Amino acid sequence: MTTADLLGKILQVVMGLAVFAAIVGLLIFFIDKAPKRGRDYWQLVGFLAPALILVSVGLIYPAIRTAILSFQTSSGDFTLDNFAWAFTQPAAIRTLINTVVWVLLVPTFATAVGLAYAVFIDRSRGERIYKSILFMPIAISFVGASVIWKFVYEYRSGDREQIGLLNAIVVAFGGEPVQWLQTDPINTILLIVVMIWVQTGFAMVVLSAAIKGIPADQLEAAQLDGTNGWQRFTNVIVPGIRGSLVVVLTTISIATLKVFDIVRTMTAGNFNTSVVANEMYTQAFRASEIGRGSALAMILVVMVLPIVIYNVNVLRKQREIR
Amino acid sequence: MSVAPPDLPVGKNRGSLDATVDAQASGYVEPKTMRVKKRLTSRTATIASLIIAVLWTIPTFGLFISSFRPAELIRTTGWWTIFSNPGLTLENYQDVLLSTSSSSPQLGSYIVNSIAIALVATIIPLVFASMAAYAFAWMRFRGVGVLFVIVFALQILPLQMALVPLLQIFSTVLRPMQAWLHDVVPIIPEQNYLPLWIAHTIFGLPLAIFLLHNFISEIPADVIEAARVDGATHGQIFLRIVLPLSVPAIASFAIFQFIWVWNDLLVALIFSGGTQDVAPLTQRLAELTGTRGQDWQLLTAAAFISIIIPLIVFFSLQRYFVRGLLAGSTKG
Repeated sequence: MTTADLLGKILQVVMGLAVFAAIVGLLIFFIDKAPKRGRDYWQLVGFLAPALILVSVGLIYPAIRTAILSFQTSSGDFTLDNFAWAFTQPAAIRTLINTVVWVLLVPTFATAVGLAYAVFIDRSRGERIYKSILFMPIAISFVGASVIWKFVYEYRSGDREQIGLLNAIVVAFGGEPVQWLQTDPINTILLIVVMIWVQTGFAMVVLSAAIKGIPADQLEAAQLDGTNGWQRFTNVIVPGIRGSLVVVLTTISIATLKVFDIVRTMTAGNFNTSVVANEMYTQAFRASEIGRGSALAMILVVMVLPIVIYNVNVLRKQREIR
Repeated sequence: MSVAPPDLPVGKNRGSLDATVDAQASGYVEPKTMRVKKRLTSRTATIASLIIAVLWTIPTFGLFISSFRPAELIRTTGWWTIFSNPGLTLENYQDVLLSTSSSSPQLGSYIVNSIAIALVATIIPLVFASMAAYAFAWMRFRGVGVLFVIVFALQILPLQMALVPLLQIFSTVLRPMQAWLHDVVPIIPEQNYLPLWIAHTIFGLPLAIFLLHNFISEIPADVIEAARVDGATHGQIFLRIVLPLSVPAIASFAIFQFIWVWNDLLVALIFSGGTQDVAPLTQRLAELTGTRGQDWQLLTAAAFISIIIPLIVFFSLQRYFVRGLLAGSTKG
């Protein structure tokens, strides 16, 4: 990077922010100077317009367009081929199966481990440090996490000393080193481990907060009835945090359905590890198969849709109460 | 005042990592809670949590140690043998950051890009979203409710649905503007940050509006009414009352969005063009894992550089970070 490059970049940021500040300043100025007639209306427009225009042009219109593209051939004729491809080609089917495996395993394990950990450390000494440790991976980018774990899965051929932790352990127990990321189907499981590693902290923090919300006398009453720890866990704690468990499971499911960076960085979807989000990128932006990419995006939306509808219903109930 | 989505159990302090500390600091620890506590945290539980904590730390720790080991040692020995194969060096960092040779990753310009992208792509959605959130919360009009529900649902929409058409729009509308800008100000390259700023702004808006609306709508009506009676305009109320009062929510979103953009790969891959004029650190790192996959002395140091900023933010602003994260975890 030369000094000129750096100057150009700084200039871009300064100019960008200056232009933006000018736009906002003018907008608010005109909002206050709006004509008396229909003043409330113009003010509403002024406040909402920037966000609504951007969202309409950048999200709503493109989403509709993608839906149309998924039913078109490259020349623009109507077709169902893109979806037929997604549900009949072996490689595409494998992508769908992998996505299902991801969305089954990641929420389950992340929530289970997160819950167990939250219960174990609840009100213990050093709880805060314990939490930070498990929560930390969530601040790390998926790309960073991928590099971290790729190093764990590293393979060295022949008699050379293993530098990847996993193979070193295998060799220490007398096994043969494995090319983890090239070996189907273990490679998909190992990619899933990375996602579990990232998401467990989220589950733990939410569930820990929920556990603290359980009234202490409930726990004490159960204790006086002579229950053991496991009984208290299944009969008091789990029912007490049911709502949070649903939130954690659905949230991690959505995040998992959208996972792209991990697969992209670790295997680029090779060796039968691709998932829908990664395949969408590969088809649309690498193979220039816009129709297929759009069809995959549609499949992704259909998978996420039930959760969106559920959340919208919760929101509407809340707004009615308010 | 909750800044979390409706379905998350995060009230004032719950959900914050400091919840227990707060409870203890306020001197409010029920005796019976203490008794129950003893039974819950048995010895087995302590050992189990210790094992999980160690398992979760080891991968990052290994990367961290390795980034300080000489290339030759990384290649031939495991990082856990650091004591039998001693040797620490800063050469890896020097190599990835300062070296100008064409074979080195030259991360300097990518760091600048990441900062430039994340900074502006946090400020713009924040301002537009707080304006929209104010309108949604304090201007009563028919249809506003429906609009708000749509914005809420858009938070969860997978970005994949928008990418292809948005790229097409950018190449017809933005490309000529970028070329013109390059002609007028030659120091600004033809590939500039504009597409990434706009894309991240768009993708960040639904969450930002939702998060800020939750907060702004809880400002007591009396405060707003009093200002209106005194003759304040909407613009003045927004700038002088609403914005200052919303600082906690603004901070939560700002931190979330900054880290989200900093950590993003997908949007960068599609809109940055991949050159060192624009591409952020994550994109460079992902590229290095492909092209320099065996050069662990470079990868470990580069990876550590890319994760250090989010980690600093995480450890220094944990409370805001957790709030923003809990609210924004379905974004993307």
